[in-house]
Amino acid sequence: MSNMRSMTFDAIIIGGGGAGLRAALELAKSGKNTAVLSKVFPTRSHTVSAQGGITCAIASADPNDDWRWHMYDTVKGGDYITDQDAAEYMCSEGPKAVFELEHMGLPFSRFDNGRIYQRPFGGQSKNFGEGGQAARTCAAADRTGHALLHTLYENNVKHDTTFLNEWYAIDLVKNANGDVVGCIAMDIETGEVVHIKSKATVLATGGSGRIYASTTNALINTGDGIGMALRAGVPIQDIEMWQFHPTGIHGAGVLVTEGCRGEGGYLINKDGERFMERYAPNAKDLAGRDVVARSMVMEILEGRGCGENGDHVYLKLDHLGEEVLSKRLPGIVELSKTFAHVDPAKEPIPVVPTCHYMMGGVATNIHGQAIGQDKDGNDYIINGLYACGEAACVSVHGANRLGGNSLLDLVVFGRAAGMFIESALNEGVDYLDARDSDVETAMQRINRWNESSGGESVADLKRELQSIMQNSFGVFREEKNMKDGVEKLAELRGRIAEAHLSDKSLAFNTARVEALELDNLMEVAEATAIAALERKESRGAHCRYDYPDRDDVNWLKHSMFFPGEKRVGQRDVNFAPKTMDKFEPKIRTY
Amino acid sequence: MSKLQVSLYRYNPETDSAPYMQEFEVDTQGRDLMVLNLLELIKQDDTTVAYRRSCREGVCGSDGMNMNGTNGLACITPLSQVVKNNKLVLRPLPGLPVVRDLVVDMSLFYQQYERIQPYLKNDSPVPAIERLQSPEDRDKLDGLYECILCACCSTACPSFWWNPDKFVGPAGLLKSYRFLADSRDTATNERLSDLEDPFSVFRCRGIMNCVAVCPKGLNPTRAIGKIREMLLANAT
Repeated sequence: MSNMRSMTFDAIIIGGGGAGLRAALELAKSGKNTAVLSKVFPTRSHTVSAQGGITCAIASADPNDDWRWHMYDTVKGGDYITDQDAAEYMCSEGPKAVFELEHMGLPFSRFDNGRIYQRPFGGQSKNFGEGGQAARTCAAADRTGHALLHTLYENNVKHDTTFLNEWYAIDLVKNANGDVVGCIAMDIETGEVVHIKSKATVLATGGSGRIYASTTNALINTGDGIGMALRAGVPIQDIEMWQFHPTGIHGAGVLVTEGCRGEGGYLINKDGERFMERYAPNAKDLAGRDVVARSMVMEILEGRGCGENGDHVYLKLDHLGEEVLSKRLPGIVELSKTFAHVDPAKEPIPVVPTCHYMMGGVATNIHGQAIGQDKDGNDYIINGLYACGEAACVSVHGANRLGGNSLLDLVVFGRAAGMFIESALNEGVDYLDARDSDVETAMQRINRWNESSGGESVADLKRELQSIMQNSFGVFREEKNMKDGVEKLAELRGRIAEAHLSDKSLAFNTARVEALELDNLMEVAEATAIAALERKESRGAHCRYDYPDRDDVNWLKHSMFFPGEKRVGQRDVNFAPKTMDKFEPKIRTY
Repeated sequence: MSKLQVSLYRYNPETDSAPYMQEFEVDTQGRDLMVLNLLELIKQDDTTVAYRRSCREGVCGSDGMNMNGTNGLACITPLSQVVKNNKLVLRPLPGLPVVRDLVVDMSLFYQQYERIQPYLKNDSPVPAIERLQSPEDRDKLDGLYECILCACCSTACPSFWWNPDKFVGPAGLLKSYRFLADSRDTATNERLSDLEDPFSVFRCRGIMNCVAVCPKGLNPTRAIGKIREMLLANAT
């Protein structure tokens, strides 16, 4: 221990995507000694890939728009395990957060009157589902995530935020009381491992789509925050809930925004039929993502898929005309040409449901404080630990996230976490320092890899993990297949614990980073598998052949996966918004 | 189908006194892979090969490198576009210090980006809603805001090679013009006066390597021309 360098911050934010940068901006403005630690230069974070927009009732497309309608859509979209206090906070604070982004310089597209352009997205309605399709997604063409992430980074440059770029967080450090008091992290460029001490540790590490073989996610989305939390004994909420985006490019997995359908595109099967009219007569192609993804798989399973193997459907955009495509969807034109070899102005794009988003994560309140659960099932705050963005489960997305709500989630709750941490630090935070033995505990994993002398390769094990998840925990699930998956994962865990890091060099050793990431993929995959097997119903993105109905009697609940005993418990959903009546669960149709 | 001959720049500061080229034969099974996929195949067999990558779809800017002499992004460059005579030479972006293999130290590049104050400045009071901007004014930002900071342009620019500390370079100047062109930005004079010296802008010789290599199809040379016009108009 004695030869290990330490660094001390008031707050350390792990992750430099939208959530981390928004939290950092708040703290940088406050003058607190804060740092953002990111395994990539911040603008390489996965927020950059978000396309269609940020959904928010700013009343631009419709001057009478109401955040309560947005909240209704969000709660319904989440199949009623959305926490209503959190959805209320996000939808009502949203406009403030979006206007702030605009003031920071985000180059939103515009309507003729100069206001921010908004397009229709899936699951959006006016007047609590009674007033037809809404257009509520604020967009910068189809590059909204890029524009948002760069704007946030630019403003962090303006406010002199401290960055530890290309640093990799390995594990959390807890003190004798179980408070989180920092982390162990590695400077990737030099290989030096440092003990980072902090009164507030924020997990803004994003999602983990790379547990699946086919995903829209960046290669860096390996669930590092979830892995760290689970190894520190922190339970993870609703981790069985994975969104499969209807339109990933067949073969490549690259995302094609829902905004394509918002602008008037639609899906067709091999007969050229607009099949969503059968599954969702009102919303059609703009039903919830879970609904559209399932309908596509049904078409494929029933023999109406396209292509030689009948294993995808088509997204038709050619009728929109070149002008709409070049003005509103220029990035999609580019991606289609590169990855599907089609020009969407002339031919449809081959698409297939593809793993896209992790609804689950570290349970938090609206201030980003991480929540654990005691033996009697009561919530408690985990001192020192915060989460925001995709790594958190606050939960605004419930069992299925609406398009455009992830960007809103990360700015609203990144901002909220930053504000709360500032006031907590002002009031004074006093935790015990970590003992040498606490630091030693957090070092176990990296030491294991550094001392490994034989065993299987990281790349092979990762491929196997991804294939298990793809085959047993996809769009449709059932007990036998999932049990098989759980057993295979248990066996795989043993092999990963013996796996080999052959390159022990220090400088920019990406093999070491990939080995550490594999541990996190394993944690997320196992939690997903066990929680999915336990939730015996179909709700939102979790759809089971053997339990085809929603079960509000037993499962109008969050799941909580406890890593120690690998047990799945339940946690109450919040039905108590502060300023209005709650939305009662209803049958969910589009 | 013969295997693809790949020549890869290798350098590990811990073990190598100097960089060298390592030859690989890769069986692509006749597929037109992206260069990034090819690197993944190589890394499966030799895990010591180091390169950056993230989004794998050309929007994050991590995997800029030099492929058969031309800068570009490995993830959106198909082999068919760069391989010549069944041979591919992969080198790090030129002109920046090499950290390891294809990983370069981008500090100088980022310093030039930060130098132009890459954020909107507006000294008028903040309204309760968004600042209005006409679609026509917003159109002026197209071709400017899409930069992904991959550094393909600046590291293809001879003027940047010579004066990476004094010449802002195409990426930084494109970003600078992105704010000069924004109807919401009120710091035009301040921004221009920061660029008035003989190096920051005027080292650009119009070679247009930046335009030729930009993986997003952007045109830094045109943006630099616009800045020059503004500087000259200001001077008279």
